[in-house]
Amino acid sequence: MKLQEFHARELLRAAGLPVPPGRVATTAAEVREASRELFAAGHSSVVIKAQVLVGGRGKAGGVKLAAGPDEAERVGAGILGMTIKGITVRKVLVAPAADIVHEYYLGAILDRAAQRILVMGSAEGGIEIEQVAKDKPEAIVRVHAHPHLGLMDYQARRIAFALGLGGPHLGDAVRIAKGLVRVMVSNDADLVEVNPLAIVRQPGADGPVTGQLVCLDAKITLDDSALPRHPDLEARRDLDEEDPADTEARAQDINFIHLDGSIGCLVNGAGLAMTTMDLVKRAGGEPANFLDIGGGAKAEKVAAAMELIVGDPKVKVILVNIFGGITRGDEVARGLVEAHARQAREVPMVVRIVGTNAAEASEILRAAAFETAGSLEEAAERAVAAASRLATTSGERAGGARP
Amino acid sequence: MSILVDRGTRLVVQGITGREGEFHSRQMLAYGTQVVAGVRPGKGGQRALDGIVPVFDTVADAVHETGANAGIIYVPAAGAPDAILEQADAGLATIVCITEGIPALDMLRVMPVVRAAGVRLIGPNCPGVTSPGRAKVGIIPASIHREGPVGVVSRSGTLTYEVVQALTDAGIGQSTCVGIGGDPIVGSTHLDILQLFAADPETTAIVLIGEIGGSAEEEAAAWAGEHLRGVPMAAFIAGRTAPEGKRMGHAGAIISGGSGTAAGKVAALEAAGIRVADTPAQIAGLLVDAGVRTG
Repeated sequence: MKLQEFHARELLRAAGLPVPPGRVATTAAEVREASRELFAAGHSSVVIKAQVLVGGRGKAGGVKLAAGPDEAERVGAGILGMTIKGITVRKVLVAPAADIVHEYYLGAILDRAAQRILVMGSAEGGIEIEQVAKDKPEAIVRVHAHPHLGLMDYQARRIAFALGLGGPHLGDAVRIAKGLVRVMVSNDADLVEVNPLAIVRQPGADGPVTGQLVCLDAKITLDDSALPRHPDLEARRDLDEEDPADTEARAQDINFIHLDGSIGCLVNGAGLAMTTMDLVKRAGGEPANFLDIGGGAKAEKVAAAMELIVGDPKVKVILVNIFGGITRGDEVARGLVEAHARQAREVPMVVRIVGTNAAEASEILRAAAFETAGSLEEAAERAVAAASRLATTSGERAGGARP
Repeated sequence: MSILVDRGTRLVVQGITGREGEFHSRQMLAYGTQVVAGVRPGKGGQRALDGIVPVFDTVADAVHETGANAGIIYVPAAGAPDAILEQADAGLATIVCITEGIPALDMLRVMPVVRAAGVRLIGPNCPGVTSPGRAKVGIIPASIHREGPVGVVSRSGTLTYEVVQALTDAGIGQSTCVGIGGDPIVGSTHLDILQLFAADPETTAIVLIGEIGGSAEEEAAAWAGEHLRGVPMAAFIAGRTAPEGKRMGHAGAIISGGSGTAAGKVAALEAAGIRVADTPAQIAGLLVDAGVRTG
């Protein structure tokens, strides 16, 4: 689960890391009020940042500066309600605009191959680390934290020196690097990223002075498997940004990912569900979703999964692919019949059920007059063929209706 | 022969009195696996599975009393890391953890201890290991197998069943099928299992099933390219159509920052001289082309 920037900043701040003040606003009036406080505190300009869980906010015009409360209100009104990569902006963060001297990258991620937390730093901050890794891999310093001891001081110092932060900022850099690993461990995160980490000029009595190292942006992704033991973090899930189908799928404990195609897929097991999508594509179709009902699903869960799929108006045909192990084929077949009986619209279905209780399933499917297939390839091909037949028919109908 | 589990496997089941643990323990017994003990704290001295299997309070007791040499774990995610460490501490050589949903950082902390103990951990979030005709330790359906020379290693459950069934239908038997699990941090990688197969005289061909996310398939491919050039191999990678940045059911199945793609894995396997099937059903044909006999 991805956290919004303002939530990520809260977690960093709670761990004692230097994060500039900021307030979340949901209306232009709130933006004005939040900015007024910052101006009153002596800041000469504020930054208003769209809070969305997609990248590319800046390019999309979702991050802007304002020099006074009036402008802040106007800018806030423009950003709130705008759409970034399909997501409507409902919240903005209002923070002091930073006078940046230099930007760095600092991040901690789960290194699967090494089975360690990997801390990465770069003096090339402010741009995506993947880009730096591609263009200038030597510009990234990498250090593995110890799985039991965390990031040691000497390791944090090595990162700081590599970034050119060996001078007056050494102590802060060490504290921040160690802090990122602490935040990762205490919140069960997969990723904790500060980009940019920056040296900023701060207003002094006699004009700006070069000041401290601060975390100007924060990105945190949490390990979904660990959320049950972090109810406080689960509560930060942004349902505004979530497709209602995803919320429903989570409630039903169904792994569901919505895609753009027309062939709905209902499968047991993640690897087989991906394979089913791949074979739909290979047969010339486009999958409408990834859906894994998990192991041992009962009829009700199958019915709930069917509802999720049928709820997508783009779905023309449903492909059911079940390899029974713990999952019983007859349970699935019963769920399909149940769901079909109360289905809001008629969607053709191609069903393939093999493995545990496949013979019983086959009888149920035959009684319900469902189209069945023996192999996965055959099922995918027939589903795609059915979808293209439908496309042709509706095309002809549309053509016939024209004067 | 076979790898990891065989007729000499003496299995202790942690979570034998739970619904899943009990169901699958019966299946394992029916397959002929020596299920010698169960563990359930507070129920030591009782017997499980209609009185056939003695239950102990601790894994150490079970090992001491029954000579168990392998363990399987069906306990919920919150208790699974503890169960893995208890089994490692009790001196079991092979541990299979079926449990899904263990936080990655828990596994990160567990793994150095497992390695230091010299234990072979399979999983978590895996279907287990079956050596056809010898022993089944896990939840892989017994009916799909046939005895033979092909070692199968996979991150998935039902996809593995699909592939193994297709091999069996084509008359190609298996030495051992290993489901290593779909989590980002697992006890054994594709590479670890390839190395075990390479050392097993009865495994003369290998099927590697992978999926998007991480770099385990690439690492296995690189090693196979150097050490397994003469061995008939075939591979399959799931997730060619998976979008970037989405977790495809398995916690470990995610393309991030452009890495972990199916295309990258297919290319790495092909560079190592391993043919990659477009569909699970094609795998048997690729093995036959590489010299594996059917029937």
